Amino acid sequence: MPLSPVSPSPVVSPAKPTALTFQELLFRLQGFWAARGCVLQQPYDVEVGAGTMAPETFLRVQGPKPYRVGYAQPSRRPADGRYGENPNRLFKHTQFQLILKPPPVNVQELYLESLQAIGIDLSQHDLKFEEDNWEWPAGGAWGVGWQVMLDGLEITQFTYFQQCGGIDLDPICSELTYGLERIAAFLQDVDSIYDIVWARDPETGAEVTYGDVRLPEELQFSVYNFEMADVPKLWEHFNQYEAEAKTLIEQANLVLTSEASSAVEKRRFPLLATYELALKCSHLFNLLDARGAISVTERVGVIGRIRTLAVGVAKAYALQQAA
Amino acid sequence: MADFLLEIGLEEVPARMIAGAEAELGKRVNDLLTRERLLGPKAKLTTYSTPRRLAVLAEDVLPAQADTEEQLTGPSWKVAFKDGAPTKAAEAFAKKAGVPVEALVKVENAKGEYVGATVKREGVATPQVLAAELPKEVLALYWAKNMYWRAARPERFVRPVRWVVALLDSAVVPLEIAGIAAGNTSRGHRILHGEAPVIIEMAKSYAEALRAAYAVVDVAERRQSIRKALDAATRTVPGARWREDEPLVETVVHLTEWPSVVLGTFEQEYLTLPEEVLVTVMRDHQKYFAVEDAAGKLAPHFLAVLNTEADEQGREIIRHGNARVLRSRFKDAQFFWDFDQKTPLADRVESLKNVTFQKQLGSYHWKTEQNLRVARALADAVKNAGVPLDEAALVKSVELAKTDLTTELVKEFTELQGVIGGLYAIAQGLSSIVAQAIYDQYTPASIEDAIPKTIEGQLLGLADRIQTITAMFGIGSAPTGSKDPFALRRAANSIVKILAESGLPLTLTAVLDASGAEPANKEQVAAFLRERLHFYLKDVRGFAYDVVSAVLAAGSDDVRDAMARAEALTAARESADFAAISASFKRIKNILRQAEEKQFAIGSAQGVQLAPEAQQLFDVANALAPTVAKLRNQRAYGEALASIATLRPVVDAFFDKVMVLDPDAAVRGAHLGLIDRVLRGFSGIADFSEIVTG
Repeated sequence: MPLSPVSPSPVVSPAKPTALTFQELLFRLQGFWAARGCVLQQPYDVEVGAGTMAPETFLRVQGPKPYRVGYAQPSRRPADGRYGENPNRLFKHTQFQLILKPPPVNVQELYLESLQAIGIDLSQHDLKFEEDNWEWPAGGAWGVGWQVMLDGLEITQFTYFQQCGGIDLDPICSELTYGLERIAAFLQDVDSIYDIVWARDPETGAEVTYGDVRLPEELQFSVYNFEMADVPKLWEHFNQYEAEAKTLIEQANLVLTSEASSAVEKRRFPLLATYELALKCSHLFNLLDARGAISVTERVGVIGRIRTLAVGVAKAYALQQAA
Repeated sequence: MADFLLEIGLEEVPARMIAGAEAELGKRVNDLLTRERLLGPKAKLTTYSTPRRLAVLAEDVLPAQADTEEQLTGPSWKVAFKDGAPTKAAEAFAKKAGVPVEALVKVENAKGEYVGATVKREGVATPQVLAAELPKEVLALYWAKNMYWRAARPERFVRPVRWVVALLDSAVVPLEIAGIAAGNTSRGHRILHGEAPVIIEMAKSYAEALRAAYAVVDVAERRQSIRKALDAATRTVPGARWREDEPLVETVVHLTEWPSVVLGTFEQEYLTLPEEVLVTVMRDHQKYFAVEDAAGKLAPHFLAVLNTEADEQGREIIRHGNARVLRSRFKDAQFFWDFDQKTPLADRVESLKNVTFQKQLGSYHWKTEQNLRVARALADAVKNAGVPLDEAALVKSVELAKTDLTTELVKEFTELQGVIGGLYAIAQGLSSIVAQAIYDQYTPASIEDAIPKTIEGQLLGLADRIQTITAMFGIGSAPTGSKDPFALRRAANSIVKILAESGLPLTLTAVLDASGAEPANKEQVAAFLRERLHFYLKDVRGFAYDVVSAVLAAGSDDVRDAMARAEALTAARESADFAAISASFKRIKNILRQAEEKQFAIGSAQGVQLAPEAQQLFDVANALAPTVAKLRNQRAYGEALASIATLRPVVDAFFDKVMVLDPDAAVRGAHLGLIDRVLRGFSGIADFSEIVTG
């Protein structure tokens, strides 16, 4: 017997002209957190898999110095590409990353206010903080926290960082990662990410969609990541970046632990550049993985090599900060 | 008499940890109040919790500890007082007791006259006791995973403590937990109540004050209201039922402070996806309840439990949002399903080389080869016992069993491994025997689960698990204590359960032999399997501990036979004769052990003049032995045990009249030979000496 509900769901109008565009969403979040004392940074210009990996998080969370920063971070995950065919999956998505160090006691309340600021009337929605712990083994980083669920949709990852680069954090910090595409699709009530309105001309009302802006990129990078990236060359790049990073980390440890080094010598050691080399390795690993080029026996070993670099930089960075 | 309330206000605690923590907090508070003599005669303890709070209300708490008086006895009077004047000894005792010397009195007891002192201790006021002791108890709560949040990392807890309420009736108890001073201010539901403080006027009015702030703190009440709301929402669809799912109910109970339910709908077209996938998406990923029609088939609806109460417009928005998420998840699943079909399971065997089974052992390709070898050996054993099976289908199912690990759908829904393989096998035109075996390979996943439906599925399940166990033991990864990272105990439990509940003609030894285990660790694995059989009989089947020990001492290889013997023994032990026989067997065992210690030889009755009672036991036992053996071979264990019980009068008479350890070596040897024979001859079903007799 086919069932039909007594009261079928009325169709809610899909077009929500009042909903924020993709770029307005970002503006609002930036404005909200800027008004609460955050530095607004620009996206980091080296490939990363998540906002956490950008130095504004990975390195800034180390040490005792308070810091508040927010930035949008395009995050590349080559294996998640779907040639632009899947309405919910992207090779590159955008995180709005926020670090509050140390976390204010009302951090959750502030977060809820930020949702109101992007037009979510919480009295008309169901909101839950559900346990979701986070870790990035290659970065020696982990924390506990929640996925924030709004009407069944995960809109934010909320983490209390406990360790980073293998180093216990004191003070700890809270990391809020807003999934911008998801939130925009939710606000605009569209079923495909590509239908999100990215920008609307205030005079003509002409709309530019997410698909207009990004579809070719999703398609072409899927082709490259899955089909055409040159595996031997990727390995070559990986080995070269790794070798240079290793040498620099060794030098850093010499300079930073030596009594003979002056404060200036210590301060000018290019650990930030060294970290970029480690990030390059991490991205190359993801590409090799998407190409199916990492065998069972290699996998754990390669992750270990990246970890050595990331943790090596983090430890040296701690020395440099203390110097 | 007063009521004491403690509420610890927290950021959202993981749902899975709340029930345990609530119970532990209750126990710690109760133990503390008991230890400190603060509970009145009508004391009653109630615990509460929501995701944001743990609370305890203790009724009938004393305002202070009672004053105590203790009588101390010191040195003898003669030593303490010389000529009526106190000596050094008296002074020392008075000092120790904390009383002036003049307060010492003479006490007399059986041993003579001594110095006595009455020591009065003033009871400490309850708030002081609690302030000193309670924070330690709270911070000692066990959490599966906890965190630091304050600078300098002074303490760890599951999530940051944000407020504390501690009241003795209406008075704040001045305690501090994790840097938070207790007060009388709680907080209500984040959205429905907002940030306004919730004042708790009286400890006893706690639950009502929170209810007014949209937080139902009584867990049982929330559970009941969720069940009712699920019923009510489901009733809007004629003939429909929501699918009972107790673990999911518990999860949503601990995710909500003010629960309500919405029923949503999804498009009919998604019902073409397998039910297993749909239910997993709803239950595991979205925490929705599935809805079925009157025939038990999945209906295109879902039930979401909300942590809010919205008006009709809000409910519509929430329903729409949840449906939107579910639709996109179903779309994903559909996409993965279609994508996976481009590469049939048969073409995925090679890529198993890229999936690690275990670092030291190898890939799932290696694992598959090992499983094939074991499955073939098991198939041979089964065929040799005359039980038919489709060996080609078994081999095919083993070959393909792990290939679904390379599919997108399993990568997305890991909990559906095996199930997806089985569904793909059907979709790709493989035989239903192959598909069913693949589908069932991980069942039983728990001890309540059913075993695989087909003989091929059972053999695949056995082969996979025994191979894993022997391989892991082989690299020194046997479980130890509470550590069992590869869930080998669960795997062995499943082996026992499959043997117990199937008709497979296989013993534990046969399964172990098929695994090709190295002789070096074979004995270790055998012992491990026996221990799991013991667990199964005792904890799953509920046989008494001594029955299980008795039965397994007489043989622990044939699982179903051990069960039959345990059943017969459980029934037989009720009879008085049987209990007496068990006691006698225990005595026999003790005597034989003594004899061994004293190096008394066991002899034969040949040419020895036996006492009539000994001769009678000899004759009756000899006559009965073939009957019992025959019944045992027929597995008529009940009758066999009844026959053994008939030995009681002759055994009793023997022990009454005969001195077993006779000074005469020949007679003694004959006696020992006789009882040894009785023990061995009648212990084939169970070692009765293990039975605990009243």
